[in-house]
Parts: sequence; C-alpha cells; structure tokens
Amino acid sequence: MIDPLVVELSRWQFAATALYHFLFVPLTLGLSFLLAAMETVYVTTGRTIYREMAQFWGKLFLINFALGVATGLTMEFQFGTNWAFYSSFVGDIFGAPLAIEGLMAFFMESTFVGLMVFGWHRLSKAQHLAVTYLVALGSNLSAVWILVANGFMQDPQGAMFNPDTMRMELASFGELIFNHDAQSKFVHTSIAGFVTAAIFVCGISAYYMLRRQHLAIARRSFRMAALFGVLSSAGVITLGDALGFVGAHAQPSKLVAMEGIWEDEAPPVAFNVAAVPNEVEMRHDYSLQIPYLTSLLVTRSLDQEVPSAEAVIAESKERVRNGIQAVAALQRLQEDAEDSEARAQFEAHQDDLGYGFLVGAYAQDQDPTLATPADIERAARDTVPHMGIVFWSFRVMVASGLFMLAFFILATIYTLRNDVQNKRLFLAFSVLMIPVPFIACEAGWLVAEIGRQPWTVYGILPTWMSVSTHSVSELIFSLAGFVLLYSIFIAIEMYLMIKFIRKGPAPVEELPPDEPAAVPAMAK
Amino acid sequence: MEVYLILKVVWWLLLGVLLMGLAIMVGMDMGVGTILRWVGRTDSERRVALNIIGPHWDGNQVWFILGGGAIFAAWPIIYATAFSGLYVVMLLLLWSMIVRPLGFEYRSKLQSPAWRNAWDWTLFVSGFVPMLVFGAAIGNALLGFPFHFEWNLMSFYTGSFIALFNPFAILCGLLSVALSVYMGCAMLMIRGDGALYARAKHLLGKSALAALVLFTLGGLWMPFVEGYHIVQSPDPAIAQTALQQEVGRGRGDWLNNFLAQPVLWLIPALAYVGLWLGRQSALRDRSQLAWWLGAVSWIGVIGTVGAAMFPFMMPSTTEPSVSLTVWNASSSERTLLWMLGFTVVFMPLILWYTSWAFWVMRGKVSAADVEADDHAY
Repeated sequence: MIDPLVVELSRWQFAATALYHFLFVPLTLGLSFLLAAMETVYVTTGRTIYREMAQFWGKLFLINFALGVATGLTMEFQFGTNWAFYSSFVGDIFGAPLAIEGLMAFFMESTFVGLMVFGWHRLSKAQHLAVTYLVALGSNLSAVWILVANGFMQDPQGAMFNPDTMRMELASFGELIFNHDAQSKFVHTSIAGFVTAAIFVCGISAYYMLRRQHLAIARRSFRMAALFGVLSSAGVITLGDALGFVGAHAQPSKLVAMEGIWEDEAPPVAFNVAAVPNEVEMRHDYSLQIPYLTSLLVTRSLDQEVPSAEAVIAESKERVRNGIQAVAALQRLQEDAEDSEARAQFEAHQDDLGYGFLVGAYAQDQDPTLATPADIERAARDTVPHMGIVFWSFRVMVASGLFMLAFFILATIYTLRNDVQNKRLFLAFSVLMIPVPFIACEAGWLVAEIGRQPWTVYGILPTWMSVSTHSVSELIFSLAGFVLLYSIFIAIEMYLMIKFIRKGPAPVEELPPDEPAAVPAMAK
Repeated sequence: MEVYLILKVVWWLLLGVLLMGLAIMVGMDMGVGTILRWVGRTDSERRVALNIIGPHWDGNQVWFILGGGAIFAAWPIIYATAFSGLYVVMLLLLWSMIVRPLGFEYRSKLQSPAWRNAWDWTLFVSGFVPMLVFGAAIGNALLGFPFHFEWNLMSFYTGSFIALFNPFAILCGLLSVALSVYMGCAMLMIRGDGALYARAKHLLGKSALAALVLFTLGGLWMPFVEGYHIVQSPDPAIAQTALQQEVGRGRGDWLNNFLAQPVLWLIPALAYVGLWLGRQSALRDRSQLAWWLGAVSWIGVIGTVGAAMFPFMMPSTTEPSVSLTVWNASSSERTLLWMLGFTVVFMPLILWYTSWAFWVMRGKVSAADVEADDHAY
C-alpha cells in the first residue's frame, strides 16, 4: 500500500529541490555564452578590457556554477531514492537520455570548466576561447538531453509497454529524441537562460553605473547584454508560443488549465486574461475575457474545437473503465503468461493501462479491479490539473516575458544612443529587474509540471504510483535535511555573490566620461 | 536473440569500467579531501593541495554522475531498488557529496581562518563519507539486501539503516577509503613538492599497507559469507523479470566462479601486485608510476567483486529468488544497443580530452603560483 501522505511529501521534495536547482541553471546556460562572446571580442580585437570583463563575469559565473552542480546531483539521485517505481517502470526509456547527457555534455562542460578557470596562463588565446565555447556548448547540450527526458514525460513518444517485463520499453530512439515537446522546450528553456543572464549582467552593470564605478566594464557589459537580451527575449516568446501550440495537442488537460476553460464552448473561444477558478464547482468565480483569442492562439483558426475540462473528464472516465480491463488482464498474465484470452483482453485495452493505474489511488486495497463508479468519477476528475496554479503561473511567466522584452528594447535604444549611464531612473529600474527572469523560469516549470498532473508520464503512469515505498518519517527526515542544507547554501551563495559584486572587477584604466564606448563585435 | 545476451554482458563489463573510473578519478579527489587537514599543515599548503586537483575535480566527478546515469539506463530496476531501499544511506552520500563543489569553489574566497577551517572539515566529510559508503555498499551487495517485489515489480525494502553498517561492510568501506587516500597521495606527489610531497609520500606507504591488510581480510572472510547461486532460470538471452527464477544460497558460494575458472585468480592478484609495486615506486619517488599502479589495484579490487558475484548484481536476503542479475535486470535490447553506440563514440573522446586537460595542467604547483593567481582555489 502506498501512503497518500508519502506521495504528497515526495512531490513537495521533488518540486522544492528541482525549483531550487533551476535557480542556478538558467544563469549557467546563458552566462556561459555571454562569457564566450566577451572573450571572442577580446581575442579578435586584442582589447584587454574584454578579457577583464570575461574574467570578472566568469567569477560570478563560478559562484553560481558550483551550486548548479551540487544541486544537480540531488536530481540524479532523487529519481531512484524517491520515485523508484517510476524509475523501474520507464527507466528503459528515461534513463538513456540522462546517461547520454553525462557522456556527451556534462563531461565536456565539467572538464573544460576546470581549464577555463585555471588555464588563462597555460593556454593560447585561441585555445582558451575554444575551451570557453566548449563549456557553453556543454551546458546547453546538457539541457538538450534533460529536456528530451522531460519531453518523454510530457508526451511519451517512442515507447511501448511490454507485458513480459512489466515495464515501458524503448520502441524508437528517433521518436524519443525528436519529440516535438522536447525540441521546442529545449530552445525555449535555453533561451530563457540567455534572457536570465542578460538581465543579470544588465542589472549589475546598471548598479555600477549608478555608483559611477567600473564604468568602462559596466557600459560595455550592459551593451552586450542588452543586445543579447533583446534577441533572446524575442526568441523565448516566439518559442514559448510554439511550445504552447505543440503542448496543446499533446496535453489537452494542461491546455485546459493554462487557458482556464471549464465548459465546452462552441468555437471561437474567448481568452481569459484573468480569472478566479473555483476548483470545487468547476467554474470561474470571476473572469475577464477577450473574445476569439484562445481559438486563434491554440488552433490558429476560428472554427476548430478547443478542449475543455468537461470534455477531458468525460473522456477520462471512459478510459479509466477501459484501463481497469487492462490491469485485470495484466494481473492474469502475471500468473500465467500463456493465457491467450488475457493477452487479447490486454492488447485491446493497453492504451488505457495508465488510466487503470490512476483509479488505483482510490480503489479498495489500491487494486484498480475493485474500483467503484464513485472511484472512477474521482479519478476522472483528477485528470484536470489544479487550474488556479497552472492558470496563474502561466500568466506570470508570459507577463514577465513580455515585460523583459520591453525592458530590453528600451535598454538597447539607450545603450546604442550612448546615454544609458545618464538615465538614472532606468538604471535603478534595471537593478530591480534582476529577480524577474528567475520568477519567470520557475513559473514556467510550474506550468509544465503541475500542468502534467496527475501523471508523471502523461497518460501512462500516474504520480501516486510512481513513488518509492517509504514511510512518512523517512520523508520528513529527508525533507528537513534538504530544507536545512539548501537554506545554508543559498545564504552562503547570496553572501558571496553580493560581496563579489560589491568588490567589482579589478580596476582598469577608465575612459574619459564623454568618450563613447566602442561598439562591440556583436552590435555590428 | 544472442545479440541481447552479448549486450547484457557487455553492459555488465561497462558497469565495471564505470565503477573503476569513478573509484580511480573521484576517489583520488576524495582522498585529497580526506587527508587535506593532515597533509597540509598551513593554509598555503592546503591551498596548494586543493589547486593540484582544482582543475580536474569537476570533470572527475562526472564519472560518478555517469555511473549513476548508466545504472539508471542499463539496469533501471537496480537503480530503483538500491537507491530507494538504501534511502538514508543514499541521502548521507548525497548530502556529503553536494557540499563538495562548494568546498572547492568557496573555501578560499574569504580570508577568515574560521571560514576556511569550516570548509576544510567539509571537504574531509565529503571525501571520507562517500568513499566509506561506496565501499560499504559493495560490501553489502556481497551480503545481499532485504527486498522483495509485488506482482507489478514495485519494490519493498525491509531492512534498517543500522544493519548496513555491519562489520564486513565497514571493512569494505575502509578498504575503499584507504585506496582513495592512496590515489590522493599519489596525485599530491605528482604535482606537489616540499613538505606536502614528503607527507603525501609517507601517507601513501601507510595507506597501501592498510589496503593490503583490509583486502586480505576481506578475502579470508569470503568462504564464510553466504553467497548465492542460480538453481534454475529462464534462458539468459531472453527478456525476463526477477520473478521467474529460483536461487539458492550457501556459504562460500562467491568462490564458485573462481573454482570453476581458476584464471580468475589473476584479478585479485592484480590488486596485490598493484598495491605492493605501487608502494615501492612511491618510496623510490616514481610518483606517476605509483599513480598508475594504484589504478591497477582499484581495477583488481572491483574486478574481484565482479568476478565473485557474476551474474548476480543485487541479491535478496529475504527472498533469494527475486535476486537481481545481469540477465533479469537489464534494459531492453534496443536501449542497450543505442547506449552502447553512444558510449563507443564518446568514451574515447572523454578519455582524450581528460588526458589533454591533465597534460595542460602538468607540472608542480607552488604556493607562490597559488597566491599570484586570482582564479586559484
């Protein structure tokens, strides 16, 4: 028997450690490329100030990088420690991208980051530049494979259940890695990292300009980051829209929650700008709408069907009933693999096996074959995720994205006009922008992961069944340990980060205040 | 179908390679962490020691991550059963390991002696504890774990945390610590000098002797350990689960493979030869040779466990017949094949650029270098 409280605590632990890990990842993804860009300017023009820049931002990069590496270890452990059934059930598919990530990307990133730090005096300029690019490439390749793994959880392509080994098995490697969800999500996530890094560099450079310190480095860094940011934030929004479009078709239940659509409506469907969803009565207590817009965004048309919570639940009910047949057949097959009648029954219903598992959470003895109609009703209701959280996380992410695009457009205009250092108010505002991309990234993951509930693998494996068979006290122990350790970590990290930002780069010869900063290579 | 059988065995061998890579490379860094406070008496000596492995610890740690990833991908049910079953131990391993990157990266960022002292202790814990757990886990694998499965292969673990620290497991854990200290010392000898070099050399000799004694004790213990043997099981070449076989137990069963194939005795011999000659080379200041011979002895030690247990990977004490083996715990043929493809392409590449990184960073590290370099740890 699986204790529902263990499921709940395991979810909290995974969510907390994953969101925490993702505070550090985006900056690594983006700042590594910014460092490479700065160093490229140094190597191609020979201007040493760009080396100073790369080295200064490199120091902040490493303070952040160490925690990214440390908290990433937790993620690798946690599938096994807390999601054992998940790991053995889909490990045949899910494990492969994680292992390949190590082989292809993480080894490269980690080996070369050592040379990036220690190799300034031992490598030629070109060699060191190559090393920096390999770090950037490695960290972003890492993201590819992690998101291939995550893409499988969102839209399980390229896999088949094998009743003889009682697990999901790889059916097509190509379908696994060219999964549309994974592809668009990789680009969306990586570029979100670029945006994060751009805001980080702009914000800190603005801080120096406000204090009239380190102007030579601050102005150049601001300009590079603003240009990098304006392109990236435009990219992240475009790709986000593409990801939404892909996801809408693969995961109607997530779409329903993101858009806040409770009831069936004839197209064209209106867009909810804001709403107060009532999860119990399954309607909005309040909503503010723009006509037609949801249909346009989701189907790119005015007359195609848009899913609704009502329709998702109705379909799930049917699939749960079929799924119970599949589970019953599977139990018989486990006793006698030669039972051809059971095999035929299983094959007829195997697409709904996951829905059969789903109802187990409510059925007597957690045995789906003992489910009552009321249990089926509850399980079907669960297939629409918590609308309030998904709906609002989605809006927070999108609003932050648009807001950052606007910020970067202004920043680019000012920096190209060469008077950003005089816009005191804008500079103060830039510093305040620093938390925004982090909020957007976290909100994005909330949409992706809470929006996938009640599944760990969409439609295949329910969350309640994925956990390890621990006791509540074991989970309280581990959760307490993580909270304690991670609180200490963030305090140390913030302390060092702020200390080294205050200290700033090593002094370089300052330009006279009126002389314009040279336009870096990226701007040409 | 024969392809599947070969793939299962190849992946079992690759697991050995990964565990050896992990033990040699990560073990070396953890060995330095373990002895840091003793091999370096002053702050400057400790910084030299840290900067010797500074450029490489991060890359080396990926052996550990890749080991975990490969077990996940190639033996999902072992990854699931072991990591969840040994929950508290795994958390201790994890928590001691995740403070390590911070130890390297943050220790020398501030001048305060209290700050640095605290990180030095952290580096001790994050070197000693993981290596102890690593060895103890292998020791416990030889003894078996109390777990069983439900009809759908959901795993249940019925043992306690304390039971994992039995005398045999602690012996194996200490052997692993001794070998990691050996490798750490060898590395400090290669790139260190002066008092640091002398202390590393002294410690290397001691750790080699300790490892020899512990390995011998473990070997003498073997005839009394209750091992496992397969009574009957499905054809190894077909897909199967752990619910389809029958397994027996008997004292000394882990020696069966050696008795059947006497050539296997060469593997433990490798451990002895490596440790003894390695110690001799170090005493004669041949530090690079001592490093390589230390690696050979790791290969011998891990190879010995593999040879003894084959085809078992994770035996069950409470229901021996659900023991996980090379035959019933592997991933599907397609997954193993794809992963092998990636390994064949990328493993040589990894070895090549890792060697290049060591070559770039060759030569002695001095206290003056560390002081002068703004990027040093």
